[in-house]
Amino acid sequence: MTRIVATGGEATGVERVFREVYGQAVATLVRVFGDITLAEDAVQEAFVVASDRWRSDGIPPNPAGWIVTTARNRAIDDLRRSARGRELHEQLGATASRPNGTGAEHRSEDGPVSDDQLRLIFTCCHPALRTEHQVALTLRLLGGLSVDEVAHSFLVSESAMAKRLVRAKYKIRAAKIPYRVPARADLPERFRSVLSVVYLIYNTGLDDPERASLRREAIRLARALVELMPDEPEAAGLLALMLLSESRVPARTAGDALVLLRDQDRTRWDHTMIEEGHAIVRACIRRAQPGPFQLQAAIQAVHCDADSPEATDWPQIVALYDHLFSVMPTPVVALNRAIAIGEIEGPGAALSALDAIAADLDNYHLMHAARGTTLRRLGRRDAAMAAYERAAHLAATEADRRFLAQQIEELADDDDLHRPNGSTGPHNETSAR
Amino acid sequence: MSQYLLSTYTVQDEVPGAPGTPEEMQTFMERVIALEAEMDATGTFVFGGALHGPDTATVVRVSDADVVMTDGPFAESKEHIAGFYVINADDLDAALAWAGKVADATNHPIEVRPFFATGRLADQVHEMPGT
Repeated sequence: MTRIVATGGEATGVERVFREVYGQAVATLVRVFGDITLAEDAVQEAFVVASDRWRSDGIPPNPAGWIVTTARNRAIDDLRRSARGRELHEQLGATASRPNGTGAEHRSEDGPVSDDQLRLIFTCCHPALRTEHQVALTLRLLGGLSVDEVAHSFLVSESAMAKRLVRAKYKIRAAKIPYRVPARADLPERFRSVLSVVYLIYNTGLDDPERASLRREAIRLARALVELMPDEPEAAGLLALMLLSESRVPARTAGDALVLLRDQDRTRWDHTMIEEGHAIVRACIRRAQPGPFQLQAAIQAVHCDADSPEATDWPQIVALYDHLFSVMPTPVVALNRAIAIGEIEGPGAALSALDAIAADLDNYHLMHAARGTTLRRLGRRDAAMAAYERAAHLAATEADRRFLAQQIEELADDDDLHRPNGSTGPHNETSAR
Repeated sequence: MSQYLLSTYTVQDEVPGAPGTPEEMQTFMERVIALEAEMDATGTFVFGGALHGPDTATVVRVSDADVVMTDGPFAESKEHIAGFYVINADDLDAALAWAGKVADATNHPIEVRPFFATGRLADQVHEMPGT
């Protein structure tokens, strides 16, 4: 078996092309043959042929077309050799000769069509598949990540990930999950689940520096979705949200610990990404069809617009959170809204807002971290300590745990907050900073 | 065209969401009759039925050439199949759309499962894997 991926250093030109055309080629082959495994095997075989030939002859002018043609011929050869294949082949013949077919079969058998990828992403993100399968399929089939890379991204073994992918593909085939852009009536909801999968991929990459490549992949997928569905402002909103979040990544950690937005060195933000994100948000505002991703992007745009935490337009952020909460009334949105209120009305107001939703978010570490910070600002050292400790206990990532450990350490050193008479009850709100 | 089993379950001999009053039963029946008429009109309906409870079940097995009967269902379980439809549908999306209508008309959750094969085995043999 020819080894396609280099063992270290920069990917060669051939490997880069493979990565770029994999998703397109698989999507096109799935359309032609109606079977994901067959499509993947054929594209893999075509890559093996290409890795030999292209290294000596150079990369052809239309590498995607070359791969699709080669893979298609391989697949037909394979089909002729197996009983299941003969059956599939007959079905395909029947589809192709049907006068009122979808038309896709006649349009372009050999060239990749972007619609193919769109159809396939709706299949990969079908709500009948569990989320972890949706994510794995999307990264494998559309992102072109190897099984090993997908496995690494989700901290599972290659064999466990291979099994997961096989099970998902089996369900697609057995239950006949269609390769199709959903009907108009179902489209908004189905499209939201596609966007959520992409955002989940991004956030998985944000939580763990080991998996940083997932962020790049998610942004690439979002760009593709914007291109595929230019009439969906939420796709643009998701892209802007991720670009604006990504712009702050260089300032987001110091060593291994997280740096809060208010403490970040804003000169280290990526201003090219911010400009692109801002331009998309402005275009979304002009379209006036707001949705959850666009509103979240708008909130990030306001943050990225400020040279300092003090210069931030907090009333605008609270207004956007109010709007977001009206379309997405989740406790996490309420949490962020409460934190923003604290920036305008002070920690007392923030604490009331936080306590109102605390029961819903008792297992969410950021809820307790926010309470810790607010209680500390109110001078309630013991309560703050308890909140931080609970947050640290619940935190899922190493960076979050380190950040919280640092807060606990600082709090222990806060001499000016030492309890005046041996007991700081929950109602003792003295020496607020 | 594929076939799917749309089924619903009893939990501890109760059907969750079953109609309680005679009025509820009346509208329940009207909804289900209308839905089944729609299934017929579109060539969707293959077969359907509601089952007596698991305490009416008998399991038959062959042991040393003797036929042995046991009172009760296969497995001790809180949940047992209560009723089902077998439907024709083009693909999972179509089957899920019908399942949504059944869930809405009956007020029961519906499990959708594709058939691996249907009909008489002799008619299926050429389609089975490994042949």
